[in-house]
Amino acid sequence: METKQTHGHRYGMVVDLDKCTGCGTCMIACAAENNVTVRADESDKERNITWMQLYKITNGKKFPDTEVSYFPRPCMHCEEDGNGGHNPSCVTVCVATATKVDINSGIVSQIYTRCVGCRYCQAACPYHARYFNWWDGYSLIKPFAKGMERSLSPEVSPRMRGVVEKCTFCHHRLMRAKNQAYADDRREIEEHEYTTACAEACPAQAITFGDLNNPEHQVSKLIKSPYAFRLLERLNTKPKVYYLSSKDWVRKMADNYMPGEFKPISKAVG
Amino acid sequence: MENQERPSLDSKKGGWISSLIGLILSYYAKLISNPFRSGLVYFGAGLIGALFVGWVLFPFALYSRQHQPLDFSHAIHLDEDIVEIEGDTDLERCQYCHAFRDDGTFAGIPKLETCMECHDDPEMALGETPEEEQFLKDYVADEKEIPWLSYSRQPDCVFFSHIAHVKMGELDCRTCHGDHAKTDKLPVYKKNWITGYSINIWGKNILGIKSNSWDRMKMDDCAECHTEKGREENNACFVCHK
Repeated sequence: METKQTHGHRYGMVVDLDKCTGCGTCMIACAAENNVTVRADESDKERNITWMQLYKITNGKKFPDTEVSYFPRPCMHCEEDGNGGHNPSCVTVCVATATKVDINSGIVSQIYTRCVGCRYCQAACPYHARYFNWWDGYSLIKPFAKGMERSLSPEVSPRMRGVVEKCTFCHHRLMRAKNQAYADDRREIEEHEYTTACAEACPAQAITFGDLNNPEHQVSKLIKSPYAFRLLERLNTKPKVYYLSSKDWVRKMADNYMPGEFKPISKAVG
Repeated sequence: MENQERPSLDSKKGGWISSLIGLILSYYAKLISNPFRSGLVYFGAGLIGALFVGWVLFPFALYSRQHQPLDFSHAIHLDEDIVEIEGDTDLERCQYCHAFRDDGTFAGIPKLETCMECHDDPEMALGETPEEEQFLKDYVADEKEIPWLSYSRQPDCVFFSHIAHVKMGELDCRTCHGDHAKTDKLPVYKKNWITGYSINIWGKNILGIKSNSWDRMKMDDCAECHTEKGREENNACFVCHK
């Protein structure tokens, strides 16, 4: 099937790092919403699965000048290049066509039943957004813990051992919103009808979610801010997750700049 | 000279082919004339046995056979002379019991609550069949849900929106579910021992040949219909997978 380059919708996320307190509610909400497995020892950070990961950065200065910022990191849902052919790095390397940029929503899909578990995508992703299932989590064949399957959401399929998983922008919520729209005789969904679990749960309301193609949506307005930036933007992966920070050192850390290349804007804008 | 030479060449060539055919024929004649000594009988018996196992025994053993807890007759309930179900079209009458919820999700097999809209008194049967008596005694009296077996349940990784197909796509129930609504008896539920899926998903034909649109419910069948109706964008992975 040939890929159409025009997306009707382009769902994206804006995270305001000035508001983020690093509380980790987004991680918990995400894991609960998406049937993410928990391990007996969750402190093993090389093996546990976090679709939404929280990174802590500091400016490296001594006490009175120390500043800290937190980076909530979902899957960036990188875009196809409009000039043809350039897919997100995970999609390009997938040998099984298990992951693709969805032409209807711009969301990077991950089909667990199609994934062969080669983990190329994991290696290709510059954001470490992909996770491998080393064990059966909620599989019915070998349950992780008896009774745990009762906590599962029926809207998200649990993953089996040997496949890669990642954030899907709570794609099932898009499906739910569409069902509601159809029931109300609509074809299009409203902005407030589809939002991700992390955005909904954030107590500081640092996460905004919406359609980047719709100028009416809050996210389209926020990304026009001079403080908006994306992670490793210069790799040309075109992530659909934007960050806002008024701090120069935070923005500088988001990409690899040559000495003298980064232009601080906080003073110029005020 | 040429005229004399050519027929002799042809006959020589023809003789070579006919001798080869003769050799093959005599080989098979020998096989057939002495089937026991040549082993033909044993080979044939093995072949037939293997085909029987592969084409008959295995497909039979692959599926469990479970009977529904009750023998529900769709035909009686949809017969306008017997039961008055609101609705002008077939679709509306189906939806009287198999309804959409307000949020657009499909309720599927109705709960006992829906049955009890009519069958509300366990003492008073509305019909005369022994099935109804059993239904009233076992379920309505205790208000116990009927453990129906679902024929069309899709695998866990599949998202299917009924409202997108029935309301927006204007498909009949029949397109995927066949003439289930006209049957007098519920078919035996057959579950694949290996996958746990109903036989309605793979299709009853072991070769996977289908003659009606409702014979199978596999991914290819969904994609085929999408393509036929010019909705290729719905063949994208994330439209039906979750």
